[in-house]
Amino acid sequence: MVTVLLPGPLRGEAGGAGRLTVAVAGSLRVVLDELAVSWPRLARRIRDERGELRRYVNVYVDGEDCRHVGGLEAPVPDGAEVQVLPSVAGG
Amino acid sequence: MSTLLAIGTGKGLFLATSTDGRRNWQVSGPHFPMTGVYAVAIDKRRSTPRLLAGMTSSHFGPSVATSDDLGASWQEPEQPPVAFPADTGASLDRVWQLTPAGPDQPDVVWAGTQPSALFRSDDGGVSYQLVRGLWDHPHREQWGAGFGGQAVHTVLPHPSDADQVVVAMSTGGVYRTDDGGQTWAPGNTGIRAYFLPDEWPEFGQCVHKVVRDAGDPERLYAQNHHGVYRSDDGGHTWASIAEGLPSDFGFPIVSLPGRPDTVFTFPLAADGERWPVGHHCRVYRSADAGQSWQPLSAGLPEAPFYPSVLRDAMCTDDAEPGGVYLGTRSGEVYASRDEGESWALVAAHLPDVLCVRAAEV
Repeated sequence: MVTVLLPGPLRGEAGGAGRLTVAVAGSLRVVLDELAVSWPRLARRIRDERGELRRYVNVYVDGEDCRHVGGLEAPVPDGAEVQVLPSVAGG
Repeated sequence: MSTLLAIGTGKGLFLATSTDGRRNWQVSGPHFPMTGVYAVAIDKRRSTPRLLAGMTSSHFGPSVATSDDLGASWQEPEQPPVAFPADTGASLDRVWQLTPAGPDQPDVVWAGTQPSALFRSDDGGVSYQLVRGLWDHPHREQWGAGFGGQAVHTVLPHPSDADQVVVAMSTGGVYRTDDGGQTWAPGNTGIRAYFLPDEWPEFGQCVHKVVRDAGDPERLYAQNHHGVYRSDDGGHTWASIAEGLPSDFGFPIVSLPGRPDTVFTFPLAADGERWPVGHHCRVYRSADAGQSWQPLSAGLPEAPFYPSVLRDAMCTDDAEPGGVYLGTRSGEVYASRDEGESWALVAAHLPDVLCVRAAEV
């Protein structure tokens, strides 16, 4: 079981929830793939149709920026916390 | 009868409604806050008008939503409405244009995108499929990107022949199909590309906007990255109609339903001077298919004016007499209810206006 934390702007695509649980673990890719099954509109705001993380979306696995620990292949063990945050961008 | 004016901005969609003959407007919004709404359409081919909006979040990407209650609620499908198939290796940056097809195809909606591609919906604009004929065109790898990105920003279905569609892209120019999108050919003969070593190429022009004449569907008008042109053969060949304008640079060009040969532009001084000539806020109208032009300024700002009007930030409506609308990058929207003779402010202090569309609803 993995916990996924969502920022305010994305909670509307998760039924208002700021915290979701996903019943798989292994890698960030596996977790996000599973998330897309239940919450497809949410998932495509995190990754594009190629499956790539959107440029200005940051994902942390137990506090580590996934881009520093393997990107979508970052290990996500059972019990981990995945946090999605918009990066500082825009005007 | 009400008039609806949809205003896409850099930070959401605003909807202005007038119930008194376009004298006063009530503005609501923003819908889709903090997204750039580059494309909006009012589809009146169905019994209940459908609004379509293409929005892009700089964080969370692009999407398309529809509303069948004039914006009171919006629907977005579970699956991505516009997405590139996996084998293309591409991903959608932005929807630049949403265009309902002719009345003989009431469920067909076209979407022009960045990167340059055309998508077709057969369910009224809910879900779209890539038009392979244009994507697989051998010219595609030579299509370039302007400052705004590389996009199909204009889609012009033929009003009575579903097989004919004209698109325009920056850069790349005009392409047209006569077989419903299976094959495409460039249609840029006569359009100058002063920024290329060969100034008269087969393709590669930076066409900013193309519009179809209200009376003759074979007659098209193009505002170019320098150059204003008319085609009388459905977009195969073009001739300049810039004489009489203070400048041949600008972005939008619109025609007026019910008024053949009538077209409006908002000239800017030059590529390197993107404000109106002399800083005078002026719309120019031709009522003779570009043979002569008349400046229109009654009710527009008289003080020195610096904003530009983007390619989709000018439109007309389908009322009688016709309405004309423009939105500025400084967030002001002006409307004319008398075919451009006089103008009044609809809204001010909005985010930068990216697109406007209006219709009686």
